[in-house]
Amino acid sequence: MTSTTASEQSEDSGGLTSLLYDPKARGLVFQVLLLAAVVAFFAWILDNTITNLADAEKRSGFGFLGETSGFRMLTTLGTFMVESRAGVATYLDVFWIGVINTLAVSVIGIIAATLLGFIIGIFRLSTNVVLRGFATAYVELLRNIPLLLQIFFWYFLLIELLPGKRERVQLAGDVFGINKFGLFGPYPQFFEGFGTVVWAFIGTALLVWALSWAMKKRQEATGRPFPMFWVGLALLVAIPLATFYAMGAPMEWEFANFRAADDLMPDGRKVGPIRAGFETPSAGNPAPGIVIKPEFIALWLALSLYTASFIAEIVRAGILAVPGGQTEAAKALGISPTVTLRKVIIPQAMRVIIPPLTSQFLNLTKNSSLAVAIAYPDIVSVFAGTALNQVGQEIEMIFMMMMVYLLISLGTAAFMNWFNDRMMLVER
Amino acid sequence: MKLRYALGALTAIGMAAGASAASADTLEDIKAKGSIQCGVSQGLPGFSSQDDAGNWTGIDVDFCRGVAAAVFGDADAVKFTPLSAKERFTALSSGEVDILSRNTTWTMTRDTQLGLNFAGVNYYDGQGMMVPSELGVTSATELDGASICTNTGTTTELNITDYFRANNMSFELVAFEKADEVVAAYDSGRCQVYTTDRSGLAAQRLKLADPEAHTVLPEVISKEPLGPVVRQGDDTWFNIVKWTLNAMINAEELGVTSANAAEMADSDNPNIKRLLGTEGTFGEQLGLPNDWAMQVISQVGNYGESYEANVGANTPLKLAREGSVNALWTNGGLIYAPPIR
Repeated sequence: MTSTTASEQSEDSGGLTSLLYDPKARGLVFQVLLLAAVVAFFAWILDNTITNLADAEKRSGFGFLGETSGFRMLTTLGTFMVESRAGVATYLDVFWIGVINTLAVSVIGIIAATLLGFIIGIFRLSTNVVLRGFATAYVELLRNIPLLLQIFFWYFLLIELLPGKRERVQLAGDVFGINKFGLFGPYPQFFEGFGTVVWAFIGTALLVWALSWAMKKRQEATGRPFPMFWVGLALLVAIPLATFYAMGAPMEWEFANFRAADDLMPDGRKVGPIRAGFETPSAGNPAPGIVIKPEFIALWLALSLYTASFIAEIVRAGILAVPGGQTEAAKALGISPTVTLRKVIIPQAMRVIIPPLTSQFLNLTKNSSLAVAIAYPDIVSVFAGTALNQVGQEIEMIFMMMMVYLLISLGTAAFMNWFNDRMMLVER
Repeated sequence: MKLRYALGALTAIGMAAGASAASADTLEDIKAKGSIQCGVSQGLPGFSSQDDAGNWTGIDVDFCRGVAAAVFGDADAVKFTPLSAKERFTALSSGEVDILSRNTTWTMTRDTQLGLNFAGVNYYDGQGMMVPSELGVTSATELDGASICTNTGTTTELNITDYFRANNMSFELVAFEKADEVVAAYDSGRCQVYTTDRSGLAAQRLKLADPEAHTVLPEVISKEPLGPVVRQGDDTWFNIVKWTLNAMINAEELGVTSANAAEMADSDNPNIKRLLGTEGTFGEQLGLPNDWAMQVISQVGNYGESYEANVGANTPLKLAREGSVNALWTNGGLIYAPPIR
């Protein structure tokens, strides 16, 4: 009996030993162990969190999103688009207002930073000493000062230098008004017939697109160039404008309303010192015109100017990466310097520029979270700040906010990757 | 043998658990270590702030010194721990501090859910509003359409929204992360109104370019009773802290000051005799020497002395006591203490 058992055991252990020395099986075992450890670790964290939250008698879940919030927000793009009145707006509305405000400052900031960055980057390679010196000074100054300080600088510069609320200071005739309380501009009022103008514009755009395709074919076949840009622009302006007047000008600009302290309100009361100044349109208080708050302007300025200094360096590096032989070859073919820059240098430089440019766009978006320092109601300020303090569900709310930044960043990266693929050198 | 080891280990674990759970007998612990650990704010002029030499002053600081005088007969037997608003309750419940005397508002949530006991109120505060005097505004009801600067993440945002909604007025709220930016934005004219607790307005006002050119409006739009806090579950210590505050208030009512306390001990008024320990055994009932209140008053002063020295009309804060809710009840205010008898 004993001997048989022993022999069986040795056979078994022989099988196990061979398995132990099999690198594939061993690898698999360790992978499974590692996976189990990782899963157990996260399960433990999750369980711990749930238990601790239950012990602290804190509620969890996303039920709070349907409750109404009891606080007021600064007038911004978000408060125009989503319900924002205190006591009516829910925490979900507050969340969307934050998202819209973050997106607004990011998108407009990215456009401005890209334009300015390209100009400064090209200036840095200019043969003109003044332009080159300016561009160098710009880049070295702005990229070496912390962004938060720059945001404070622009904000306090604006609110210190701009005229007081009750002063009537206007720009460009009577179109814009500006003071410490914002930039007040006209708002379009549409009447019946404006839809036709919109359709005329869409029709023209399709026409221009078809024409550009046909002219490209013609150039490839015959070599005769066509001034597509100017012709296209002329068509896009002329046809919708003609339709606009043909329909009897179905749109008017509505200008911001200025009230002096001694003016009378519709109800007969005096305007008084508090309300004197440009009337501010806001939720629950309709007033003519639109307003852009100094908090937005300062944040947008700081983000754009700061990021432009990095983009300028990327553009310079991209242009320098195109070998000099390309310029010489274009010259030898008799191509003019402007066309060389547009058709030879920039397309090749773009391949080098786009990947690091994407990182700068993502940086700008994430840097917009510094908004809370100067009271711009972005998602960090209103949702992870004020709303979090009232609801107290840190985990859910921070998670939602992280998802917003993740989705914005992934979206930007996906778009830029698509753009990069289009710009890749097509080898024939 | 094994059983004995096991018992020993159990005892050790029990002791460790007992020590970590912020021991129930705070008075014994304090006597053993020889000083009181007092949690104060990180710097709010008039309430608790450090001077250039590192000495703490303020109405909240005076109160902790008073408790030290009651327990040890020495007002300096106290150490201060500056705490942020966020960490204050954790510091108290973990036993890091013995008293929290940090302009803390007494609310129901804090009383019932956070395991705290409020020992009374040493300052009745409330949210107020400040405007530049040149606007000519005399009441908050004239603020329709105003632009208001405040801090984010506090109850002030809710209180001000409630007030404007209740009065059917429109307004714009500019909420900054830090108080310094609020002051700078208000001073530059970005806002017409600055709102926070009235004692905070008095303190922050000193940072403005011209403090005299601004007016605090009469309306108080929230109740913020500030007072010392102790942990729940230790009634002996709770009583000592509570009655130190009551002794300071009773002393003012009876006219006992730091200057005349020694003479007053021979007074014919039985109320004063009981307070100063020349009649009855009130100190012993608290577990303290019978002259506990005598020590508090002679070393720190009565409530009124502390108020005038730290936040009163002759201090930079200029929070006049006359006619305010912080006047003694005999002068029409809310400062009132139960009798010692």
